[in-house]
Amino acid sequence: MNAPLRRVGVVVMVLFGLLFANLNWIQAYKADEYRTSDYNGRVQVAEYERKRGNIEAGGTALATSKETSGKLKFQRTYPGGAKYAQVLGYKPVNLADTGIERVENDFLAGTSDQLIGDRFKDMFTGDQTGGGNVLLTLSKRAQDVAYDQMRNNQQGVKKGAAIAIDPRTGAVQALVSMPSFDPNPLASHDTNEAAAAYNKLEQDPDGPLKNRALGETLPPGSTFKIVVAAAALENGISKSTQIPAGSSYTPPTSGEPIRNAHPSICPEPQVTLLDAVTESCNTGFAQLGVRLGANTIKEKARQFGFEQDDLTVGQLGEDGLPTAASRTGTIQNADGGDDPAALAQSSIGQRDVRMTPLQGAMIAGAVANGGSQMRPYLVRQLLAPDRTTSYYTAKPRELRQPVSGQVAGDLRDMMVSVVQKGTGEKAAINGYTVGGKTGTAQSAPDRPDHGWFIGFALDKNGTPVSAVCVVLEQAGSGGSAEAARIGGQIMRAAIADPGGR
Amino acid sequence: MTVAATPAPSPATTGGESGVRLARSRRNAELSLLLLAMVLVAAYGATVEANLLDTVTPDFWMPAAALGAVFLGLHLVIRFLAPFADPALLPAVALLNGLGVGFLRRIDLGEAAPVDRESLAIFAGIGGRQLAWTLASVILAAGLLAIMRDHRSVSRYAYTLGLAGIVLVMLPAVLPSSISEINGAKLWIRIGGFSIQPGEFAKLALLVFFAYYLVRKREVLSLASRRFLGIDFPRGRDLGPVVVVWLISLLVLVFEKDLGTSLLYFGMFVVTLYIATERVSWLLIGLVLFFGGAYLAYVLGEMVGGPFANFYLRAEIWLDPFADPTDKGYQLVQGLLALGTGGLFGAGPGGGQPEILPEVQNDFIFAGIGEEIGLFGLSALLVVYLLIVERGLRAALAVRDSFGKLLAGGLAFTLGLQVFVIVGGISKLIPLTGQTTPFLSAGGSSLMANWLLIAVLLRVSDGARRPVTGGGGKAARPAGGPPEQLHGAPTEVIKP
Repeated sequence: MNAPLRRVGVVVMVLFGLLFANLNWIQAYKADEYRTSDYNGRVQVAEYERKRGNIEAGGTALATSKETSGKLKFQRTYPGGAKYAQVLGYKPVNLADTGIERVENDFLAGTSDQLIGDRFKDMFTGDQTGGGNVLLTLSKRAQDVAYDQMRNNQQGVKKGAAIAIDPRTGAVQALVSMPSFDPNPLASHDTNEAAAAYNKLEQDPDGPLKNRALGETLPPGSTFKIVVAAAALENGISKSTQIPAGSSYTPPTSGEPIRNAHPSICPEPQVTLLDAVTESCNTGFAQLGVRLGANTIKEKARQFGFEQDDLTVGQLGEDGLPTAASRTGTIQNADGGDDPAALAQSSIGQRDVRMTPLQGAMIAGAVANGGSQMRPYLVRQLLAPDRTTSYYTAKPRELRQPVSGQVAGDLRDMMVSVVQKGTGEKAAINGYTVGGKTGTAQSAPDRPDHGWFIGFALDKNGTPVSAVCVVLEQAGSGGSAEAARIGGQIMRAAIADPGGR
Repeated sequence: MTVAATPAPSPATTGGESGVRLARSRRNAELSLLLLAMVLVAAYGATVEANLLDTVTPDFWMPAAALGAVFLGLHLVIRFLAPFADPALLPAVALLNGLGVGFLRRIDLGEAAPVDRESLAIFAGIGGRQLAWTLASVILAAGLLAIMRDHRSVSRYAYTLGLAGIVLVMLPAVLPSSISEINGAKLWIRIGGFSIQPGEFAKLALLVFFAYYLVRKREVLSLASRRFLGIDFPRGRDLGPVVVVWLISLLVLVFEKDLGTSLLYFGMFVVTLYIATERVSWLLIGLVLFFGGAYLAYVLGEMVGGPFANFYLRAEIWLDPFADPTDKGYQLVQGLLALGTGGLFGAGPGGGQPEILPEVQNDFIFAGIGEEIGLFGLSALLVVYLLIVERGLRAALAVRDSFGKLLAGGLAFTLGLQVFVIVGGISKLIPLTGQTTPFLSAGGSSLMANWLLIAVLLRVSDGARRPVTGGGGKAARPAGGPPEQLHGAPTEVIKP
């Protein structure tokens, strides 16, 4: 009977070997999947054991965690409500996190490699040191003004976006996307309530969850003329060069004439480039574009940042909020040659040209900053839980040099002229030199036009202090003037409150 | 096989030379291993408190001390009544039992309001109840050791125990559901606030009967056979009583809706049959019957449902637990997530969230513990189980009589199979069937039955290691000589 007993022993060994192998297989191939599974509440509870760090701007906490008596020990709250929603995003219990909450999650949660020292210390002291704090570049005042002005715009527009950046550094001073949403219900510990809130926002046709300032592209209209003007200045045309204009222009291959926004704009056969920008002369720029060629326009737009689809706005050189790429679209015919009709329309920012508000502000910023375009960023500093050690401080970086200082100077003069005696008068700020360019873009034949404004403000010494882009979707007549007014207001607030910097 | 490879004198040759064997009781080794196990249990309790209470209370050692005291009592009983018993069995089981109590207490602590945690009494909650059950079970095991001075004496009651086993198995099935059903399985007898699982005890009783019956019939079963397809099949009439016992228990278990126990009885039966007859044909028949039966139950469950619907559902969950992760597959999914979250080293005792797991105190205790002690901790636990099983098999190898061999071998294998069935179930190796994890899971019946099992193994190992010369009485009987009550069943068929 011993032989079968020994064999039974082997069978038991084999059975246990199977158990052992299976447990190892789970750890080797499945553990990560299981650990991060959506159905795994454990990691979540552990995450809420530790106080998540604040997100702050200008000394004010915009996202903070409060202790609760529930199973999840800390409740994430957003005191600013809807005002900062698109920047901060939200940190829900079960849903996906977004915004800075997502980008800086590891640091806020305290699980980042940078905070390993704290975790190590906790092991010995038994304390739970909270997560790190993220300080944003936002100017509280500029954001307040941007949010209020956008919400109460005189056109009664519901959708739109505004963004202001510091041209010298790229630091984002204000970022608003309309309509916004209150992130607090999304962070509710009652997951059903959070899911209901999310579904409601998700299904809202106005798309409140979108970050329009970074992620939405619209036809830029006349604001694109700055790009065309830059190309012209680099191709033997000066501010005072007379360029062909007229009340109407029909491209060689197309019967569809391009007209000006109003018969009083540049009806004369020739105007200077300066006047064409100041008055926003469509016929002048359509002919200028055709003369320069599609490749020149596209290349200039690319040099200003069009077509870049991997730009993120967060830390410099790190992950950040994603942005959409601005596009010039197809201007060529099928055979590769220029399509003059498309080129004429593209040169005034129509046809397939699409631009994000961020891109608009970056163009204005580059012009104001002597041709140097700074990389935009939102995270100014990462501060240890004890608020004494800094783990990261933003060091502004030039993103690219779209135009030379000379060309930038000419563009600046022309844009200043727009605000001083052209279409952008409402953006003017007392005591500052403000330049800008308005845009009125046709969205669809039966829908009202979008109103755009891109602009900048220089202080008495000519130092750029703010660059802005405002877009009011389907604002109709007077939309770009209202955008200019709001742009001026935002820049004024940013100048008055440099706190975010 | 490595563990049992120590030269255990073959029964046929033991007689003359066994007196020369160095008779060492190794009781002191048992004592020091036991102390080590209790130190581990106390350390586990302290770690749990440090993680859950952020402090270690001055009373942290009390559960370990209470366990230690009663284990020490059992050790003394063994020292005097079974001095040659295997020294590794008691410490290994004590370690598992102690960690089980510690983990159940950890669940109590986790579920108690934070303010009440520090003052949780040692007999409070499921952990406290488990502690009390442990004390009772160990005393019962000591009592069995005291009464049963020679394992062969049990065979005298084989038919009584067989009948009792059948009655115990059948009892919950015939009782009304209000008394016998918990979580869909009719396995219980509930009287007042008290519930026992008679099947756990039936396992022991039936095995005694199987062992006795097969020893009597083994020669007939192994020799009188028909050859079919090159395999020797036994005659139907020789098998009659055993098959009847097996069929009854299986049929009843289908009605009790508990597949795990059914599988366990089946495995136990086939393996004792194999050990007794040394016929591989039995293993083949068993495997074919088992896998065929499982597949048939799966198909039947899909088509007709009824008593097979339960198995079909379990098989479906096993095939893809994430198909319905929040309802049907919830328990298995959460168990897997617990294992995955635990990783290699675990979250530390008291550092995980076993409360999330449904039935973490019973079926899923291994996953719950796994989250906190990780792959390495679980591997260590499995090794302890393996040690117990192989020690039991070793006792079976070394013991001189056929009844003892069958009894110890069957018991040890059953224990190992139970661990395989439940641990394999929670780790998605095999379909999950409700089983207790021996010595870890909460539950008095399981604990008590398994401690009785250990008492029998201790007794058999004592008989196996006891020096023959000078022992006198039955122990001095020439090796292989059958006890009278075994009606001349031949002890050994020496196979070439």
